[in-house]
Amino acid sequence: MARSKRFEALDARPVNQDGFVTEWPEVGMIAMENPGDPKPSIKIENGKIVELDGKKRADFDMIDTFIADHAIKIENAEAANALDSLEIARKLVDFNCPRSEVIKITTALTPAKLTEAVSQLTVVEMMQAVNKLRAREMPANQCHVTNVKDNPVQIAADAAEAAVRGFAEQETTVGIVRYAPFNAMAIMIGANVGRPGILTQCAVEEATELDLGMKGFTAYAETVSVYGTEPVFIDGDDTPWSKAFLASCYASRGLKMRFTSGTGSEVQMGYAEGKSMLYLEARCQYITKGAGSQGTQNGSVSCCGVPAAVPSGIRAMLAENLIAMALDLECASSNDQTFTHSDLRRVARSLMQFAPGTDFICSGYSATPNYDNMFAGSNWDADDYDDWNIIQRDLKIDGGLSPVTEDEVVAARNKAAKVIQALFRELGLTEITDAEVEAATYARGSQDMPDRNVVEDLKAADGMLKRGVTSVDFVKALYRAGYEDVAESIYNILMQRISADYLHTSAILTKDFKVVSAVNYPNDYHGPKTGYQISDERWAQIKNIRQAIDPATI
Amino acid sequence: MDEKTLRAIIEEVLKEVGANDGGTAVATKTKTQAPQLRITEIGPAQRGTDPREVVIALSPAFGGKLTQTITGIPLGDVLREVTAGIEEEGLKYRFIRVFRTADVGFIAHEAAKLSGSGIGIGIQSRGTTVIHQKDLPPLSNLELFPQAPLLDLETFRQIGKNAAKYAKNESPTPVPVRNDQMARPKYQAIAALLHIKECELLVDGKPVQELKVEL
Repeated sequence: MARSKRFEALDARPVNQDGFVTEWPEVGMIAMENPGDPKPSIKIENGKIVELDGKKRADFDMIDTFIADHAIKIENAEAANALDSLEIARKLVDFNCPRSEVIKITTALTPAKLTEAVSQLTVVEMMQAVNKLRAREMPANQCHVTNVKDNPVQIAADAAEAAVRGFAEQETTVGIVRYAPFNAMAIMIGANVGRPGILTQCAVEEATELDLGMKGFTAYAETVSVYGTEPVFIDGDDTPWSKAFLASCYASRGLKMRFTSGTGSEVQMGYAEGKSMLYLEARCQYITKGAGSQGTQNGSVSCCGVPAAVPSGIRAMLAENLIAMALDLECASSNDQTFTHSDLRRVARSLMQFAPGTDFICSGYSATPNYDNMFAGSNWDADDYDDWNIIQRDLKIDGGLSPVTEDEVVAARNKAAKVIQALFRELGLTEITDAEVEAATYARGSQDMPDRNVVEDLKAADGMLKRGVTSVDFVKALYRAGYEDVAESIYNILMQRISADYLHTSAILTKDFKVVSAVNYPNDYHGPKTGYQISDERWAQIKNIRQAIDPATI
Repeated sequence: MDEKTLRAIIEEVLKEVGANDGGTAVATKTKTQAPQLRITEIGPAQRGTDPREVVIALSPAFGGKLTQTITGIPLGDVLREVTAGIEEEGLKYRFIRVFRTADVGFIAHEAAKLSGSGIGIGIQSRGTTVIHQKDLPPLSNLELFPQAPLLDLETFRQIGKNAAKYAKNESPTPVPVRNDQMARPKYQAIAALLHIKECELLVDGKPVQELKVEL
């Protein structure tokens, strides 16, 4: 048969390289409203929940038990769950119903009830609800700083640039696990060269991540993963209680921490128990709440390709962010993983959080080109910086970034590379050459960096851990090397451990180490011209793109 | 992954879900094998004492229900390369199969714990591979190859070689890490379907089995 030229052209479009599948409710390959989802119900006897979402306590699995005992505000539960789901949905959207009143209701609902309520909404209504329910008054952004060679000089330079561009939090991870101490150190130093007060983390295996945090190599943690079905939890040798224990380990050391979960993880791991992805993610959010975490990273995250392959999957990701916010949690709203070959799809997916603003719109905007993104690629990367800035300017929205000049970026990268060079020297680690500093200053990515001696680096990183080096040693070494300003920033980050103000919900730090959180800057949106408004000063920053032609010059 | 292939896999999985309704998981040895790869269980796996061995652990469906990786590399070829890499370093290998989990981290850790050298390799049917060491936490690793679509036969040979070097207490240069940000958009949904297949073959309480593998 002759082929339609139009269909031939369509077949060649990037979107047609994406994987799509039809819904398969029996195994949970469905984003929302699976007929197999439980009907909401709750029964309370003697101050104890004895029935939850159609199950009697005797039939509870461990997740039901944990949620019933720790995650639902029981005082208000019967009244709240008696409300019609549509009425709750309307309260989520209606700006005349303030956030504080919504939260009283939503934190007393069962997982199935809250899932049913958000499922009544269109994406536009959900965005309106996010605008009101985000915990912190002003939105912010987070980036990934990684590279395929685990090159610490490049990490420091990329982190410095990312800080100059406006990211409030930065996350690294590794290609090779044993590089973790170097990567954690490089991102912390680089970020704080770019702008004092940036919080940094290193996503690795949970025990290692905690250990790095306790040594002060990181300022927060995010990769504490929870799941919506019992078999997936057990498959990872975990329970909600073990995760709650891990959360308290971080709290006891004064370290900021959030959980991670997302739609599609259970079906990805083969145990979705015939439920919708959104209902299972709602259970994750209740576990997060019940375990005492101040916040979550959700929005499918690394499983993004699964909900994105089924109908209403992108909507489900917004719905799960909304569920997190309705449970009064900090929400780092994903937008951090490639899920499509289509530039149109990736922007459509991100506008859901970008337009209303979340605590962290991306929980990993790639601060490198995607070929260096060791989270397997982000939805946004360093080559998109101008697009992001111009979308902010087009729509007058605050996505957390600012246009910057080439001079500022080159200077910040150069200083960060020099500081990490000096720190390595002072700590007796492997050599960082002047040629590497030069390369990192001007690099786009690791293809522009000379190779390092990986075996020697890994030995030095291991030796540093064995010697018991902590970030107090970083402070001393930076001071000795003449970088007193950077030493002071790292010292101030460590001081947060003692004051612990940054353990409050949705906390970030200003360049003067003042905490900005949902406690001192709560979101009080209640209609037009309320809540977060872009100030004149901030608007001037957003508007000031280098590409615009000044009419006066013509 | 073109739609036709995807559809074929979904239909096959659907068929199997239907067939398994009410039944128990089917042991892989009763399934048809790919002609070039024969895998037979020979009893519960023992802890090795030979410091010159590397243990290779296979996921439940490896070489049984699933005969090729996510990009279509025959699993027999995968094992041929991994074992050749080990032999090049003058070491021996044993095969085991894990039934309690399809998580590649735990599978690899199981291999490491049973290995006389303390070094093991875990491989899932779709190709995801981990080199593990017995004293590390289960979800840590010596080397991790998480992006199955990027693993070619040359990489599998290097994985075998490096595992053997670790077993000899050497510090090999890790196999160069590869990254393709478009692997997920293309393969994640299909990876989920393949994992569902692995999980259908889990047998609760069944001990790790020693395998006879004919390549």
